Amino acid sequence: MLDARIPSGPIEQAWDKCKFEMKLVNPANRRKYTVIVVGSGLAGAAAAASLGQQGYRVECFSFHDTPRRAHSIAAQGGINAAKNYRNDGDSVMRLFYDTVKGGDFRSREANVYRLAQLSVNIIDQCVAQGVPFAREYGGLLDTRSFGGVQVSRTFYARGQTGQQLLLGAYQALEEQISAGTVRMHPRSEMLDLVLVDGKARGIVTRNLVTGAIDCHAGDVVVLATGGYSNVFYLSTNAKASNCTAIWRAHRRGALFANPCFTQIHPTCIPLTSEHQSKLTLMSESLRNDGRVWVPKQKGDKRQPNDIPEQERDYYLERRYPSFGNLVPRDVASRNAKEVCDEGRGVGPSGQGVYLDFRDAIQRLGIDQVREKYGNLFDMYEEITGENAYRVPMRIYPALHYTMGGLWVDYRLMSTIEGLFVGGEANFSDHGANRLGASALMQGLADGYFVLPYTVPDYLASSTPSKLDTSHPAFKQAREEIAGRITNLLTINGKRSAASFHRQLGRLLWDNCGMARSEASLNHALEEVRKLRWEFWQDLRVVGTGEELNQSLEVAGRVADFFELAELICIDALGRTESCGCHFRIESQTPDGEAKRDDEHFSYCAAWEWAGDGQPPILHKEPLAFEHVHLTQRSYK
Amino acid sequence: MDIKLKIWRQSNTASPGQFKDYQVTGITPDMSFLEMLDVLNEDLTARGEAPVAFEHDCREGICGSCGFLVNGLAHGGRHGTTVCQLSMRFFKDGDSLALEPWRAKAFPVLRDLIVDRSAFDRIIQAGGFISANTGSAPEANSILVPKASAETAFDAAACIGCGACVAACPNASAMLFTAAKLTHLNSLPQGQPQRDQRTLNMVAAMSRELFGSCTNHGECEAVCPKQIPIEFIGNMNRDLVRATFRRRREAIVVAGTQRA
Repeated sequence: MLDARIPSGPIEQAWDKCKFEMKLVNPANRRKYTVIVVGSGLAGAAAAASLGQQGYRVECFSFHDTPRRAHSIAAQGGINAAKNYRNDGDSVMRLFYDTVKGGDFRSREANVYRLAQLSVNIIDQCVAQGVPFAREYGGLLDTRSFGGVQVSRTFYARGQTGQQLLLGAYQALEEQISAGTVRMHPRSEMLDLVLVDGKARGIVTRNLVTGAIDCHAGDVVVLATGGYSNVFYLSTNAKASNCTAIWRAHRRGALFANPCFTQIHPTCIPLTSEHQSKLTLMSESLRNDGRVWVPKQKGDKRQPNDIPEQERDYYLERRYPSFGNLVPRDVASRNAKEVCDEGRGVGPSGQGVYLDFRDAIQRLGIDQVREKYGNLFDMYEEITGENAYRVPMRIYPALHYTMGGLWVDYRLMSTIEGLFVGGEANFSDHGANRLGASALMQGLADGYFVLPYTVPDYLASSTPSKLDTSHPAFKQAREEIAGRITNLLTINGKRSAASFHRQLGRLLWDNCGMARSEASLNHALEEVRKLRWEFWQDLRVVGTGEELNQSLEVAGRVADFFELAELICIDALGRTESCGCHFRIESQTPDGEAKRDDEHFSYCAAWEWAGDGQPPILHKEPLAFEHVHLTQRSYK
Repeated sequence: MDIKLKIWRQSNTASPGQFKDYQVTGITPDMSFLEMLDVLNEDLTARGEAPVAFEHDCREGICGSCGFLVNGLAHGGRHGTTVCQLSMRFFKDGDSLALEPWRAKAFPVLRDLIVDRSAFDRIIQAGGFISANTGSAPEANSILVPKASAETAFDAAACIGCGACVAACPNASAMLFTAAKLTHLNSLPQGQPQRDQRTLNMVAAMSRELFGSCTNHGECEAVCPKQIPIEFIGNMNRDLVRATFRRRREAIVVAGTQRA
């Protein structure tokens, strides 16, 4: 059933071959096709702009007031590209190799190779758009190194790379909007996918200002709606990031792949208050120059600067001499948890480790450190009231990114014909762990260089449709959505959706977070089901559906998070191996590293929705590793 | 801490609004300003009253969603921060705070503290881009960008489009916003081919959207969470003069000299 449509032949030529085999649409006919793009972050805005430039009629949807708000904007550190400008041995092959290995051998080789190839085009494209990347004095592009790799291939714009790349894509999109090729629908949230004869043919949206439920028909639907870290309530994601679009598509038949591959980022500001509404990431580029440590003594309450050198445990440098502080995210996170569990954590809660710039300031001077990381230090001070030039930062891991997502083939089409998925919303490129500075790369590769080829290829195989929203399928979907909204509004219980969300998140973090076991997962499953039942009995949403109602928006998203949470636990329970970010305590090496079980789990787990209350059905896409040999990852 | 709040409540653009008084209790200094509003909204929900609508998303000062006036100051008046980055440790027990939406003709109120800032998008549509269709870009390092130009471009591109500059300006001018985008793109070698047209078009779009003009109050720079300097408005004005003089004039046609 799962045909990934990977081109045959050598991997180096796969994408070229695929592009050549694709069908083309005559420029004069392109405006007859309507492309629906949901989401206008890096992947969505880039795809919408690029398809608009080609001449397709694009309808682009976002729940934000403007595309420039998408959460891609918050990415800090940088974007990888195999340019080898540093002459330090980088190449497409090496970026490919690093990404497959970093993903702990649970990604699809052909996709990753294409990603590495396209990385170089992305930098060219973004520079041409005017993205203000960091420069050397000679005017050439500067790069830095990042976790999990030994070359310097990360391009950056201070600590706001995501913002600058998103603004580039946003500006390209706005240009197309003014040219009339793209019509933007801001403050419009997708609430359902509409299928006609088994093909994705439209969506149902809610206008977040007026509450109007609208239907939109098209020839193809592209989802670029981001990840689902917020199922854990506390994460580094923006508050509105949610799974509704992909979950609704899943319920309509799109398989959901590897939902349990959720990434915990090692360098976030620790939790301080029970009312905390989100966690703030400090870019892991900080690990280039910051050194991670905890006191050797348990419960050492001295100020960090009072703890002498010999009583500090630089545990990452000690355990991983060759990668040191630059080990991949999953390894860094798990080690932080371990030292905190041993009672050596720092800060008021004991849930934190130090990230110390003392040596970097001595070596480089305070000015150079400020130039590289100034905005991050400022941000840290605003939140914690501490000056990290003087005392070490405190950091702790937090939910950050989800490698899982809707299953897509090599051409980024889901198991629903005509439904394409790009960016974090799909599952394809990062396996069980994403390397730093690879999310921006993947979002833009999908948006600028993959979807603008594969979507037209799909369109070319059919004539432009005459379908409009008077088709019964739209009417039915619209009625279902209106009914669901009425349900949420009329429960009239006692608790807000946010309070349920917080409780659900805590449950998942404790039982399906950095370490998972059969017992904890079974417990989580049972509790999630109970809580979900309670949600539908005791929810209170004040107001009506015919107005701007933020509580109603949240309630709908939380309702979908409940269903996804269950699937995450089921997936984590079934995968009894550890791999990347998925750490089953039953499966570890003698020195506590994640131990894969390639014999039984070298596959992508793609789940089929079987109906409310029915267990989901597992489909497996076997993964073959022909170019990167399966090894136990070692960063020692 | 206990905080007294006076909040602008308005159910939609068409209906009139008014201030209403609220009291929030049990606020701790480690909470953020928006978390304080979360607590208020939980209370309101429990009482069956409509929660206060306010825009927010990343809650780390980069997405530009949030923004309202706190005691008349955009984003609360703390230097270089958005309202989502405000911590309650900057306030005292018993403080009275008045919260109201951005006030500008170009930013109609949608509900409570939420305004419609789509006028900013239309200014960008008028020319806030460098035309570079996907796939047509030359090799990245073939375009040399002097470090100083890249730095200036970055300082300007840091704008998050929150609208505080407009809200703070007595003229409700969008010149800091527009000047930031123009300085970003006009400072770069890649931005030169469209420099004049971009400037003319974006300046025209500002007036079309009913934003006022700059009269050098400097309030915009004072409240800008990204500390965009007012000098950029000077850059914009210079570019506008340059573009005006360099504008291609229509060819003069002398009667009787046209070819048949």
